[in-house]
Amino acid sequence: MTYIKPKFRHPSLPKNDLGYTKTVYEGSLSTLCAGCGHDSISAAIVQSCYELALEPHRIAKLSGIGCSSKTPAYFLSQSHGFNSVHGRMPSVATGASLANKDLIYFGVSGDGDTASIGMGQFVHVVRRNLNMVYVVMNNGCYGLTKGQDSATADEGSKSKAGSVNLFNAIDLPSLALELGASFVAQSFSGDKAQLIPLIKAAIKHPGFALINVISPCVTFNNNPGSTKAYDYVREHLDATSTVDFIPLQEEISVAYEAGSTKNIELHDGSSLQLNKLATNWNPEDRMSAMTAMQQAKLDGEILTGLIFIEPETTDLHAMIKTSDTPLNTMDESQLCPGSQALEALNEEFR
Amino acid sequence: MEPTQTKDPEYYHKVVDCQYACPAHTPVPEYIRLIAAGKYTEAYMVNWESNVFPGILGRTCDRPCEPACRRGRVEEEPVAICRLKRVAADHKSDVTDLMPIIPSEKNGKRIALIGGGPASLTVARDLAPLGYSIDLYDNQNKAGGMMRSQIPSFRLPDSVLDEEVGYVLNMGIETHFNTYVNSLKEITDKKYDAVFIGTGAPKGKDLSDLPGRKEASANVHIGIEWLASVAFEHTNKIGKKVIVLGGGNTAMDCCRTSRRLGGDQVKVVVRSPFSEMRASEWEKEDALHEDIPIIDCHVPQSFVVENGKLMGMNFDKVHAVYDDNGKRKLVSTNEAPVFIEADDVLIAIGQENTFPWIERDLGLAFDEYGMPVVDKNTFQSTNEKIFFGGDAALGPKNVITAVAQGHQAAISIDLFCNQQSLTERPSPYVNLVSQKMGIHEWSYDSDVVTDNRYIVPQVNKEIALKDRKVEVELGFDGLHGYKEAKRCLNCDVQTVFTENKCIECDACVDICPTACISFTFNEDDENTLRNKLQVPALNLSQDLLISAPLPTQRVMVKDEDVCLHCGLCAERCPTSAWDMQKFFYTTSKAGNQCQ
Repeated sequence: MTYIKPKFRHPSLPKNDLGYTKTVYEGSLSTLCAGCGHDSISAAIVQSCYELALEPHRIAKLSGIGCSSKTPAYFLSQSHGFNSVHGRMPSVATGASLANKDLIYFGVSGDGDTASIGMGQFVHVVRRNLNMVYVVMNNGCYGLTKGQDSATADEGSKSKAGSVNLFNAIDLPSLALELGASFVAQSFSGDKAQLIPLIKAAIKHPGFALINVISPCVTFNNNPGSTKAYDYVREHLDATSTVDFIPLQEEISVAYEAGSTKNIELHDGSSLQLNKLATNWNPEDRMSAMTAMQQAKLDGEILTGLIFIEPETTDLHAMIKTSDTPLNTMDESQLCPGSQALEALNEEFR
Repeated sequence: MEPTQTKDPEYYHKVVDCQYACPAHTPVPEYIRLIAAGKYTEAYMVNWESNVFPGILGRTCDRPCEPACRRGRVEEEPVAICRLKRVAADHKSDVTDLMPIIPSEKNGKRIALIGGGPASLTVARDLAPLGYSIDLYDNQNKAGGMMRSQIPSFRLPDSVLDEEVGYVLNMGIETHFNTYVNSLKEITDKKYDAVFIGTGAPKGKDLSDLPGRKEASANVHIGIEWLASVAFEHTNKIGKKVIVLGGGNTAMDCCRTSRRLGGDQVKVVVRSPFSEMRASEWEKEDALHEDIPIIDCHVPQSFVVENGKLMGMNFDKVHAVYDDNGKRKLVSTNEAPVFIEADDVLIAIGQENTFPWIERDLGLAFDEYGMPVVDKNTFQSTNEKIFFGGDAALGPKNVITAVAQGHQAAISIDLFCNQQSLTERPSPYVNLVSQKMGIHEWSYDSDVVTDNRYIVPQVNKEIALKDRKVEVELGFDGLHGYKEAKRCLNCDVQTVFTENKCIECDACVDICPTACISFTFNEDDENTLRNKLQVPALNLSQDLLISAPLPTQRVMVKDEDVCLHCGLCAERCPTSAWDMQKFFYTTSKAGNQCQ
């Protein structure tokens, strides 16, 4: 019986700039089904944080309820964590960010948690442009309750039991584009080469960053006829481009044909290099991104990669002009200046 | 790179590092699991089938398995494989009924074995159950060869030796003890169907040319002769001050025996640097523990004799210099000679083969070094009826090598007596069986413990030094045997990969604690492929398991180097593309071939 992961690691594991091996970023052993796409996404998160050499205690991971929302237990054991109420992760993230904007907020949600019970929360966190990463582990079904269709299941997709979904799917990236999201990406749990640079860029992005990851449910939604099965997704993938994340002060090493490459400088000086660009698409133009999404839908394809980015963006704190000093580092006299200060404030409005 | 051919049993055999390193290919993890399960008798018999002397080897083996042990690459120390073997021998119940049945009707073939050491006894063990009539000749009054004459009783008690030698002799072997064969022709004249020579390397090297050697001869002894003389109780004391010359295991046995026979200032003096001595690390440790200093980089210069009495020896101090090829040269430091006092000197600087008793007109060719010309696979000499094994065949090695060669010689003799080709060796017996019992259940203990290597308890030093027959090592008790056995990584439970079941979900890559598994695009060049894995596979002695191309055109590449055989890849695999399958491999013995 092994629910225990052996303690031994490869003796020559490489170390990042902080001198940490990937082990430092691991979590406990997953209890999700064997082969669950969510575990691959967890591993991609571990790899991204390791490669970016983030200090684990500078990260807060947040989630709602569901298979997806269990995953924060399986990565970044040494980071802050909050497993919140179903669909209410955005509120908790907003509150946490208001109290301490210096942490990296990493939200994990699922298709049910985001597109059904949490839809109201999701749309508002997008339009408020809260500085966070929002990963949707999207498998098109309610895995925790035995695989009923979720709101992101495609029309016509067949369940394991054989019933066909009658309803239109909620397309989260398109919705986020519509609501003014400043970073929208889509990926596939089985393609870490693409997913990892996207997560790294999302972490570096100074506003709300949505990554919708198609993550097959091996137990309930990996059957023929399902549009979220490993085989189906692999056959219908259409990437906008390949993505390389270039850390600050590092030379771009791979050279591609002129005209097929686009370099996007991120807020902190690092950059994203997009190669082999899809035609008629400009990741910095919202209209072209929305068109590309609609076109892919018409063509029956799943568009993955970076879809839209607005590198210089105004996040929630900038919009509402919060104090530069995080609230949690202020002392009582600053937070609660007393009745005289209140009087003076009230006086201003009289 | 081409997909790995796992159908060739040697691929998985190589993954079982300990078994692969063992000259007799003892199925080590198999018997370690039996020890953990408390099945000592079964564990003993698994050993006995392969190496004939589990109790003896569990105390004295050179342990080529331990440096090979995968655990030594994952943490500091390998599994104490050798001492676990002893646990099986110490705790087993009566095995007499489990011994092969010896046919009362013989097959009409007569075999002579010359020398009663491990090689000959192995040949006897393999051939007697097939109905051969076997005559064994030895110059001592008991069988065992160097195991009896050179390994001191405080490392190997007579009772253990007698028991395991007895299992073989009780197979109806006709013994001729106290019989020194001084003519091979006399033996061949007796019309044996085959003759096996396992006479070891009985001649200890001397320092005949060293000044004073002759004058000092009353107090200078050849190490192995002196050890034999102690073993057979012809010698029971030695001077207070003893110098032991040499840095091998015989030197360690000599110095420790001297400590027990009255030597209270025993020193080992060796030419080479301490780290390059031939003695096993643990034997050096044991000598140091018994207050025997090891003085390295001292080359013997002369014996100092005054008034006909040995006073000591002069040594030249040297240091090691290495040329570009790493070849060592000992260069004098040109200091004044170092004088070390001694009442007795034991010379343990190596041993040689000698065959004065073999006539040179028997069609048996010898090479320029005076060694018989012996085929390295069949152990047949240039006289088709005469076979060699053990130290007598290819020069001094160790007990387990002698056993392995004995098995091969027995196969050859059996093939020869049945008029079959000796070069067509019988295939090994191989089996590969899934260990899956349930989603998280395997029929082996897959959890990996982090315990450090357990130390074998020893008897109190004062007691040990008083009597040369008191065994120093006490062996593990049942509990510590269990705990040490649990350190085994079960390398024989193989990670078997089936390409056409894989859906490339990455679950195995994500879970593997030691980052062994990568999915990547194939390369033509092995080195390029090795360097692009999750963690570059830089241990070239360890193979890569490479799959055929998968649907995404990538291949699965597993670096076998530090795989813990924990089974998590198979547990997390949704399609059972990974499975943990127990690989059982034993070399064939005589009589296993198709006839």
